[in-house]
Amino acid sequence: MSKSVLVVGGGIAGIQASLDLASRGTKVYLVEKTPSIGGRMAQLDKTFPTLDCSICILAPKMIECLRHSNISLLTYSEVQHVEGEEGNFTVKILRKPRYVEFSKCTGCGTCMEKCPVKVPNEFDMGMGKRKAIYMPFKQAVPLVATIDAEHCLYFSKKICGVCQKVCPSNAIDYNQKPEEINLNVASIILATGFDIFDPSAIGEYGYGRFQNVLTSMEFERLICASGPTGGHLIRPSDGKEPGSVVFIQCVGSRNLHGRFPFCSTVCCVYATKESILVKEHSPQTQPYIMYIDMRAVGKGFQEFVDRAREEYGVKYIKAHPGGIAEDQATKNLHIHYEDTKSGNMKKLDADLVVLCPALIPKTENKRLAEEMGIELDDAGFFKAKELLTAPMDTTSVGIYICGYCQSPKDIPESVAQASGAAARAAETIMLTSKERKQ
Amino acid sequence: MSDKHKPRIGVFVCHCGVNIGGVVNVSAVVEYARALPDVAYAEGNLYTCSSEGLYRIKEAIRKYDLDRVVVASCTPRTHEPLFRAACEEANLNKYMFHMANIREQCSWVHAKEPEKATEKAKETVKMAIAKAALLEPQTEPEIEVQPSALVIGGGVSGMTAAISLANQGFNVSLVEKNKELGGKLCELYRLYPSDKLSSEVLGEYIQSVRSNPKIKIYTSSTVKRVDGFIGNFEVTLNINPSPDWKGSFWGTEEKLKAGTIVVATGADVFKPIGMYCYGENRGVITQLELEKLMKEGKLGKPKNILMIQCVGAREGKVGGRNYCSRICCTMALKNAMIIKEMLPDSEVSILYRDMNAYGKDFEEQYEKARHNFVQFIRYDDASPPEVSSDANGKLSVKVHDILGNYALELDPDLIVLSTPLVKSEDATELSKLLKVPLGAEGFFLEAHVKLRPVDFATDGIFLCGTAHGPKTVPESITQAYAAASRAGIPIALGKVRTEAITARVDETRCTGCGTCVKLCPYSAIRKDEHGVARVNDVLCKGCGVCSASCPEKAINMRHFSDAQIIAEATSALGGA
Repeated sequence: MSKSVLVVGGGIAGIQASLDLASRGTKVYLVEKTPSIGGRMAQLDKTFPTLDCSICILAPKMIECLRHSNISLLTYSEVQHVEGEEGNFTVKILRKPRYVEFSKCTGCGTCMEKCPVKVPNEFDMGMGKRKAIYMPFKQAVPLVATIDAEHCLYFSKKICGVCQKVCPSNAIDYNQKPEEINLNVASIILATGFDIFDPSAIGEYGYGRFQNVLTSMEFERLICASGPTGGHLIRPSDGKEPGSVVFIQCVGSRNLHGRFPFCSTVCCVYATKESILVKEHSPQTQPYIMYIDMRAVGKGFQEFVDRAREEYGVKYIKAHPGGIAEDQATKNLHIHYEDTKSGNMKKLDADLVVLCPALIPKTENKRLAEEMGIELDDAGFFKAKELLTAPMDTTSVGIYICGYCQSPKDIPESVAQASGAAARAAETIMLTSKERKQ
Repeated sequence: MSDKHKPRIGVFVCHCGVNIGGVVNVSAVVEYARALPDVAYAEGNLYTCSSEGLYRIKEAIRKYDLDRVVVASCTPRTHEPLFRAACEEANLNKYMFHMANIREQCSWVHAKEPEKATEKAKETVKMAIAKAALLEPQTEPEIEVQPSALVIGGGVSGMTAAISLANQGFNVSLVEKNKELGGKLCELYRLYPSDKLSSEVLGEYIQSVRSNPKIKIYTSSTVKRVDGFIGNFEVTLNINPSPDWKGSFWGTEEKLKAGTIVVATGADVFKPIGMYCYGENRGVITQLELEKLMKEGKLGKPKNILMIQCVGAREGKVGGRNYCSRICCTMALKNAMIIKEMLPDSEVSILYRDMNAYGKDFEEQYEKARHNFVQFIRYDDASPPEVSSDANGKLSVKVHDILGNYALELDPDLIVLSTPLVKSEDATELSKLLKVPLGAEGFFLEAHVKLRPVDFATDGIFLCGTAHGPKTVPESITQAYAAASRAGIPIALGKVRTEAITARVDETRCTGCGTCVKLCPYSAIRKDEHGVARVNDVLCKGCGVCSASCPEKAINMRHFSDAQIIAEATSALGGA
């Protein structure tokens, strides 16, 4: 019987669940697929409704995961196989090769400077560039370089090798192989987060065709001081400050005939936050929010919306736009919408449009669910055993869920549910170790 | 500070990306700091809080034999623990660390004046260095934690927290002011998302609480007094209080000990007296009253039922209830569907402003309600419906439907008002007893709205459920498990360390006047048999009231000594 816990997913939910368990003395394995923990929250500029700098409040928790003697961080790693039962799961983890020796790399960044290959930076939603050897962001945990073999010249053409030559710590190892790690754990917590719906599927909004139509996550990076423009609010087409920015809600979500009939819960209020950021970065720019229902249901959220409207002059329009057209010469946009209040068709001109897409279940949930013998709900979220009284329990005993992968929720709800899942895991350990004694 | 050794201070100035570096000339601040007395080493970092930055602090401590560290960056509220831990890892006492905030206090507030912001950053760093030179190592007292928890409130949140803590292996005292456990669930009919009766769900909870040998239940009991601190709370309960002839409530007293406390005292429902004919016409009731009628089978057979949302909520005015109560839209949806099922011939309309069917399952429920011919009428924030009642008690409603853009007149048999949850009547008193804050709306205020949703800023006290703000049953249960996790941590560890920032009495100066004893808000000071003030380090929260008010200047605060503060102030005023 094991007394340790596996946490899958290194976003804020997985981080909180790990820290709660570790700080009560439980051994935790935190598995994260990408090179760094931090998840979506690390990409956000500010958080609502307090406008805290997101990475600033997250980074200390990320570092605590790294420092904590009860947490083993397994980044750039994926769960391959699970068997067993509550109290005694055997888990096979695959650690992908970084081609950089973990213990030697100091995160100095010399390799990144010298690497000749530029690749769109996923962390900046493809807007900025990174190198083929990279650290996803400055506060990454662990701060260790990773070679992206797909784009690296050494791997594709057997040439270059510059990183190996310049690394002052001799950390580059092109021969690194995937590593298999076998764990024995008492319980498993899933915290895999969400994907972002690709709005190019909604042709009439022009995403992917019109340069000045962005997604909200792209906007977060654009407005962020550590983002591709250093936080300058500029239009991708001409680098000019936009005179107006229109946020469009429910793009792909609340769509009864589409794949995502549900509400993503966070968009109304993050769009409000992003509108406030527009005003703070560029006071002469006019932000608009086009919405169906203003769902400011969390603590202090309605007040936040009121403040945006009254103090910052954000304009809220009850509308669901039918389509967006682009002026080919100026790249300005025209939004055609039905004004819900009057029933009339209207047109609004915008210099920049930000789409708030559905936040959707991760595609790999399906594989994980099959591997772990748990069920998904009809939308593809991990199914709770009983939504009313056991929202963190899955259909399999000893496997728990928290955060957005269970159902749409915001950061504090994800944090609370992560602590809740930690409580359930702590109960499991108490129960299974008691049974062993008997 | 030892006289023999000159301090060796290391200074790390953070760019915080462009947050600081975009305004303040960080290298100028580093150069300035390097030239100051006692500074043995200074450098700038892109992010001092990144793992690389922390590594550099540790390396510098070893390499330059530093005995104090100053980081000039952001706020100690979020980052001090991190930097202190780095110092400890390099074998430097964590109280030998000091922080200067050049982001909130310089770059952010003076973003348009980079030169002045840089000058201010230099001054701020100079002050921090002046204090750092006088820092002394401190030890944090370690205290044993009572292996039991107290849960205040016996609703579904409190019961869930108690069950989880008991299942974690700890003893729990569960205190409920009413005769019965169950809280608001006692008044509800069916619970979404399920078809279960509230009474059924409640029955299961009460059964598992009652049958759990680790849970001791105190019903008809209130908390009368709370002494102590994390690990060692001493709580006095008032059991079976009944009013005496003067109106004071007396009961039997019982004292209990608890390592941690969970607040789960719930919320009340706003009574809309005087609004929409409520209180004047019996055909106007609240959602909670509707639940009760359905539960007791007394709904009768109304043909036209009209629900009005946001009654006394989202008022958007100074001093109003400006918040969204989160649960009213979905409660209306649930009850509309139940009525449709019970009375298939009835018409149900919901007058709303925004339909807050957030998340996954509520949106489905909303769709189902539309499918089942529940009528949705959207009214404008600025023109709420008008309800009137004629001499015969017949109700009529005028409303402007903004979706169809027409005026409607309706004659419902029953009007159901959706009113917000409001703070429970005993929240204010309990917040005083526990010394934990309430927010603007009167709900208990958590330590950090984003990342510490169930912690109070006071160590060892946690919160969950609607005491924190409006939420559904599953959301309350989730939070209750969260509070159980957090409250279980110190008990599982068995000991905690408390801050070393406490008051220190110079016995030679103390005249035993007793000023500090009277003023201490934590009752941490007593006079000993010689008439000298004695501080209980564990009770002392380091607020400094005693130090500031001691007429003999006999009390000094650890880590905030008079000498340290004067050094900082002198430096700010241009002195040495």
